Formats: sequence, structure tokens, C-alpha cells
Amino acid sequence: MTESTRSDTPLRYSVIERRADGDGITLSLRGRLTFPEAAHIWTEVSKSVETVARGDHLDFDMSGVEAVDGGTMALLVHLRGTLAARGVVADFVSAHENVQALIHLYKGDVQPVRRRKRRHEGVLNQIGRATSDFFREVRGVLGFFGDVVLAALGLLKEPKTGNWKELWPTMERSGADAVPIVILINFLVGFVMAYQGARQLKQFGANIYVADLVGLSVTRELGPLMTAIILCGRSGASFAAELGSMKVSEEIDALRTMGFGPIRYLVLPRALALMLVLPVLTMVGDLVGMLGGVLVGMTTLGLTFGGYLSETHKALHAWDVFSGVIKSVVFGLAIALIACQQGFATTGGAEGVGRRTTSSVVSILFTLILLDAGFTMFFNAFGL
Amino acid sequence: MIQVTGLTMGWDDAILQKDASFQVDRGEVFAILGGSGCGKSTLLRHLVGLETPMAGEISIAGLGHPNLQAGRPPFGVMFQGGALFGSLTVGENVGLPLEEWTELPHEAIGAIVRAKLRLVGLDGAENKLPSEISGGMKKRAAIARAMALEPDLLFLDEPSAGLDPVSAVELDELILTLNQVLGLTLVLVSHELPSILKIAKRCIMLDKDTKSIIATGDPRALREDESDPRVHDFFNRLPRNS
Repeated sequence: MTESTRSDTPLRYSVIERRADGDGITLSLRGRLTFPEAAHIWTEVSKSVETVARGDHLDFDMSGVEAVDGGTMALLVHLRGTLAARGVVADFVSAHENVQALIHLYKGDVQPVRRRKRRHEGVLNQIGRATSDFFREVRGVLGFFGDVVLAALGLLKEPKTGNWKELWPTMERSGADAVPIVILINFLVGFVMAYQGARQLKQFGANIYVADLVGLSVTRELGPLMTAIILCGRSGASFAAELGSMKVSEEIDALRTMGFGPIRYLVLPRALALMLVLPVLTMVGDLVGMLGGVLVGMTTLGLTFGGYLSETHKALHAWDVFSGVIKSVVFGLAIALIACQQGFATTGGAEGVGRRTTSSVVSILFTLILLDAGFTMFFNAFGL
Repeated sequence: MIQVTGLTMGWDDAILQKDASFQVDRGEVFAILGGSGCGKSTLLRHLVGLETPMAGEISIAGLGHPNLQAGRPPFGVMFQGGALFGSLTVGENVGLPLEEWTELPHEAIGAIVRAKLRLVGLDGAENKLPSEISGGMKKRAAIARAMALEPDLLFLDEPSAGLDPVSAVELDELILTLNQVLGLTLVLVSHELPSILKIAKRCIMLDKDTKSIIATGDPRALREDESDPRVHDFFNRLPRNS
């Protein structure tokens, strides 16, 4: 006979193993089997039944159990199930009425159901499933963009069917409210660009060319791109989360059942709003970026305000600014469409909304860099 | 009013219901019942045109499967949680379909909105946001919005789900009023037996295991019918294997 008890706390339970003659094994449980001790009970009972062989019969003698709670009972029933899987017949016997009721509740008195082992998905399966999911996503994206084109054509044909009420508030939220951060970020970008450039140009006595450097890089590249990135985080994430929440709460379905086209009602106003505000914000960004350069030029390089501006004026052409504005229109459209598509594709409640919001920001950032690279190559190819 | 013939519905290779056929007569309150996961709400989505059947035909008022892109639908829908637009007030929610589909001036729309809200017991709530009203009030507002364009047919998805007994009874009374006084045909998805037994004239019961309709008829008669234990257990709230 072996007996194991917890000796460091007052005795509340015990597990006693007794081997009877020829009738199999009896494992006696005594005392109050409660959840705070469940981990210890699990360990001790598991150890006690380790050596029980296939074909043996094991009785859990519950006659000494004063009380047992649900969690501990669930563990004992599970152990019974694992014994059954090993070919051991195990039963709970001699339980008091209150304990027997719990055994019955946790199905400890019925034949254990053999659970089919979940087979681990192989690498090839995972690759296949991921490929299939990817193409399904691509199909969804293409379908979405097709719907957008149709809705846009429909709006051009019948402009009064547009949701124009939504346009101004969206422009205000995405545009006017973003001005402070656009100013700050672009100012710092111009400042840093000028500062880093100044260190090199000073060596060659070419201080004044910092104006060219900042002017051209801000208007052609950094102004539109940084402003778009800011709007990606502000408006892109907001659109995706808003539309995703509407999707999971069936508001988009409700729109459809009222005869509203969700693309026309929700997506087009957002796309138009960003296409209108991003160029304006970009030009504001360009201006303050150059002011950042002015600050460095005047404080570090000994340039005058007039001298800096004059050099900027010489270096910059209208096309430099205009090319940045063209980029910003395309960036605005990309941000809105990707964010809205991700919102429409949301499933799975709050977790899904979070996932799609993150995914939209990542996708937008990637697309912005890709578009910027594309524009750069295109303009270079045509000498623009 | 509604004719469904040989409807098979599901996603990819998972079929929920196969070859379902039934009809809903004009002016009746018709319930779609069944256990969890049998496809009740999915059937409703097919009826209102949000999903396309894998096979079969649906016809509403003789017009074929609803095409939601073809303009104003001939019915109203109340979704389970209400699906009110959070950025609009209750009044703006109810008035939205009126603004979209009618030439009524703003003042007239306001009058209709207030009348609809009064009808559903939400007098004075038109300036509240959905976040400021209770679940029961949201459902009532959603019914008011579904009725805004005076449809002859309303679909309601789990109208009493999540409501306290008093609110559930009040909603049942409202549904009966809409049917008996206004003559609306109502199709509701529910598993709230007390409501169904009170308000539904006829029902169908879907079964998850056989993926078919296993009962059609008066819910009160089905409760007494012992020929199919699945139906009898459902209507008498008996556990399985009883």
C-alpha cells in the first residue's frame, strides 16, 4: 500500500493505492478534492496510474470523498478517459450521493468517448492553404476594385446619387485635423535633411546648395510621401476600423437591404476626400519642409533668409511642385481604397477589425513606396 | 408573397440546407426556427438577397431573387443587433431611406420619422445616438427604419434575442400590431418559443443534421405533435435523449 499526502498544508485529501487480490486495482481518494489542490491531485493520481497495464481494471474508490468540485472532477474524468485509451477499464465506485451527482454531471459514469487525435497540419498543407487564401484575397480585392470602378462610373452618370453629405466632414477630419502633425513632421524632415546635407556641403564651401537639396527633395519626394504616410496612419487606419466595425455589426448589410450601394455611399466619399485634401496638405508640407531648411541655413550655415529663398527659387521649377501634387492625388486614392477594401473584408468581430486595421496600414505603406518608386522611374524615363 | 423552391445554401463545400421549399402567404407572421447552427439567419440572408443560393429559386412578390443593386427593395429588414448607424441619431437612421428614395421635403421626412418612432414606442428618442439607447430600443428603432418606406413585407432577425421578458413581450405586441392593424407580412427568425407560439401563424423548422426542413405548420399544433421527436423536443424544450 502506498499513501501520498501533502505534508506542508493541513491534510484535506489523500490518494491511497491498494492492490486487491486478482480483482484489479483500487485507487482510494479521501477528503475534500477541491480546485486549489487540483494540480497536486492531478500529479499524484497520474503517478499512481502510470503502471496500470492494458487489460487491467481500476476502480476509483470515492467512498472517502467528502466533497469534490467541478474542476477537480473534470480532471479525474479526463484521467479515466486516458486510461480507457490505454485499454484500462476504470470506474468511479462507492461515491456518496452528492459526489455521484457530480460524477454524472461530468459524464464520469458513461463510456468514455474516444477522441480522434488532431493531426498536425503538414508543411505542404500549410503552404497549400496559404496559397489558396492568398488567391481568395486577391479575388476579393479585384472584385472590390471592379465594384469601385462601376460605382464611380455610375456616380459620374448620375452625380446627384452621391453621398455628398459625407464629403465635407471627411475632408475636415482627414485634412484640417491633420494640419498640425503634417506641419510638425514635414518641418522636422526639412530640418534634418538640411542639417545632414549641410555637414557635407560645408566641406566644399557649397553651403548655399542646401536650399536646392531641401527644395527639390521635399517638393518631389519627401513632402508627398511623408504626408501620405501620416494620412495612412490617421485616416487609413480610421477608415479600415470604421468600415470593419460596420461590417461586423451588419450595418453594411443594412445599407444594402435599403438599396444603398455601400461603395457609392461609403467608399467614394472617402476616396474623393483624400484625393482633395492630400494635395493641399502636401503643399503645406512642402512649404514648412523648406522652412525647416531655412532655419538650418540661417543658424548653421550663415545664410540669409533672402539668399536662401532666392536659391530655392532658382532651383525649383513649377513641375517639381506639380509632380509632387500629382503623386499626392494618387497616394490619396490608394490610401482610401486599400483602407476601405480591408474594412469591407473584415470578419470575426473585434479581433478581425484589429487585424484588418493593421493589415491596411501595412498594405498602404507598401503600396505608397511602390507607387513612389513607380513615379520616380516614370518621370525619369520621360525626363520629367 | 414569398416562394422558395429547391433552395440549397452554404459556403464552398459546406452545405447548410439542401433542397428547401416553402412559401409565405401574404399577411401572415411566419417564423423560421431551428437549433443553433442550422442556417436560420443564413436562410434569411438568402431571402433578402445578401447571399446567392447554390441552387434553387427565391421569388418575392413574384419578382424573382432580390437584386439589391437594382434599386429600392420591396421589403424592410431588421437585423439582430439593430445595425443602426452609430454616427447618425435615431431619427436620422429612420429617415435615411426616406431621404434616399423619396422626394419628400425635410419637414415631411421629420414628421414621418416621428410618427414611426411613436408607433414603435420611441416617442422623443429621435435625437439620441444609438450608443445612448438600450438594446431593446435599438431593435425598435431598427423596426421603425425597416418600415420607413411602407413595405408590405418585413424580415426580422432574432427580434427578441437578448431582451428581458417584459421588453420581449412588448416587442411581440408591436409585431402583432404591425401584422393585424397594418396588414404587414412578417418573416422572423427566432428560437424564442414563447414569442413564436404567441405571434407566428405558421413556421418551418430547419434541422442541422439532415440539412432539411423537418416541420412546417402551425407552431401550436407542432408542439402537440409527437410524430417527430426532434420537433416535439424542440417545441417542448426537452433535452436531447429525453
